[in-house]
Amino acid sequence: MSAPETELQRNHDEAVLELQEVSVLYSGKPAVKKVSCQIYKNKITAIIGPSGCGKSTLLRSLNRMNDFVDGVSIEGRLMFAGQDLYGKDVDPVEVRRHIGMVFQKPNPFPKSIYNNIAWGPSINGYTGSMDELVERSLSQAALWDEVKDRLHDSALNLSGGQQQRLCIARALAMEPQVLLMDEPCSALDPISTAHIEDLMFELKSRYTIVIVTHNMQQAARISDYTAFMEMGHLIEFGETDQIFTRPNVKRTEEYVTGRFG
Amino acid sequence: MTDTSMHAGEGTVIRKTQRRWGESFIQGWLKACAGISIFTTAAIVILLVVESLGFFQNVSPIEFFFGTRWVPLLEPSSYGVLPLLWGTMLVTVGAAVIAIPTGLASAVYLSEYASDRVRRWAKPLLELLAGIPTVVYGYFALTFVTPMLKVILPDIQVFNALSAAIVVGIMILPTIATLSDNALRAVPVSLRQAAYALGATSYEVTTRVVVPAGLSGIMASFLLAISRAIGETMAVTIAAGQTPNLSLSMLESIQTMTAYIVQVSLGDTPSGGIAYQTLFAVGMVLFAITLIINIISQWILSRFREVYD
Repeated sequence: MSAPETELQRNHDEAVLELQEVSVLYSGKPAVKKVSCQIYKNKITAIIGPSGCGKSTLLRSLNRMNDFVDGVSIEGRLMFAGQDLYGKDVDPVEVRRHIGMVFQKPNPFPKSIYNNIAWGPSINGYTGSMDELVERSLSQAALWDEVKDRLHDSALNLSGGQQQRLCIARALAMEPQVLLMDEPCSALDPISTAHIEDLMFELKSRYTIVIVTHNMQQAARISDYTAFMEMGHLIEFGETDQIFTRPNVKRTEEYVTGRFG
Repeated sequence: MTDTSMHAGEGTVIRKTQRRWGESFIQGWLKACAGISIFTTAAIVILLVVESLGFFQNVSPIEFFFGTRWVPLLEPSSYGVLPLLWGTMLVTVGAAVIAIPTGLASAVYLSEYASDRVRRWAKPLLELLAGIPTVVYGYFALTFVTPMLKVILPDIQVFNALSAAIVVGIMILPTIATLSDNALRAVPVSLRQAAYALGATSYEVTTRVVVPAGLSGIMASFLLAISRAIGETMAVTIAAGQTPNLSLSMLESIQTMTAYIVQVSLGDTPSGGIAYQTLFAVGMVLFAITLIINIISQWILSRFREVYD
């Protein structure tokens, strides 16, 4: 894709992740085909596209969550802090400590609210004050005021929207550089969705966010950059304003204006 | 000519309720089958209670539950059930010590580490252990396990609690492995993913998320296996011997409650005497213990179903 590059040369944002012709194959069949783009620091990048276009697959390859799928293989290079994430001596466990993830359906552990947050830091040998970390993470996820009096209740008693913010807080407790979000609002009602969108704006100053969404309004509202994918190809990548108002590719225009997909 | 413009429903006749005799017959038959097992259980319980009451008219419950000598068939007779309870406990605890770690480890391996291909043949193979007749386990203990043990422990008797515990342990291992495996696999994949995404290793995911989440199912599998060990009869009768014994040593011959019941049932004890009634008193104790354990494990299992919702 040479078109997006000219677009991007104009901006001075710092790239955190750089995808170089990344392909993801399931038993030899490509689901993501030679995707190249950059993910910029302290920005929200949205990946949009019709169902089955490979957007979730691409997202999961960014923190090696595809490693658990049988028969998956990756081609190309995925540069993070000067290293290829799929390089020979890269430990996938280490990758996931730096690149966190929030899933489609809230998946809190069947433990207390407190222990959900403390779990990741404690297995990774966190030595600071756990109480402070829990409070800080919950505050960042805009959940602290709602749960501060019942930190030791089961996380399963929270509402769906609260559970998802808990999952975000849990990911933030690891202080990741990048936060991946795989359709984080698809299981939530509009009010909870609005909460999470507001939250993402807040988080941007500290974290780099990549979100997969099938909701185009959401992508337009919250993201700084948008990647449009179709059938495994990255059709267009650019600043969100440009993608939604002056797309360079006809297919992009048709998709964002709702003529198909 | 066909009337294509006919209104929906027009010309449709809904018949009155009819007796479907075939269906009623099958329903009744199914009910009768279910009734048979309930009736049988009730009959057994009533028999046990009635005969035990007869026994307790002749022997005081205090002697029965707290006496330390079990000599029901010879004079002077004594009816302290503790040596039999002790024998059962020795075998059960020994079996649990062997089967719980091994069974849980097998379950963790099968559910968390084994590839689908390994799982496909390893699990049925493990379950095959449960299909071996218990009498075979008894002879296995007597003719293989005990001679092997004699090499390391020369003092061991031909009939001993240790070899019985070992084979009963092997026998209940598939129960633990299979049920624990089911419990572990019921833990949602999304929880594992959440843990991996926080930079956990497989070992941490298994020990700190999956096993705790499946714990109630695992505990229930332990209890069901233990209740099987308590009720196990043939293998312990053959391997552990017929000597009611309050000894601490597992190298000596003992007698379990079940083995005693076999001994008396096979002998020519006349029905109606005290010796005959001991059967029911011992059976009652056995039944009460396994019933309590089963109720506890059912209770744990039913709690377990609510965990993720």
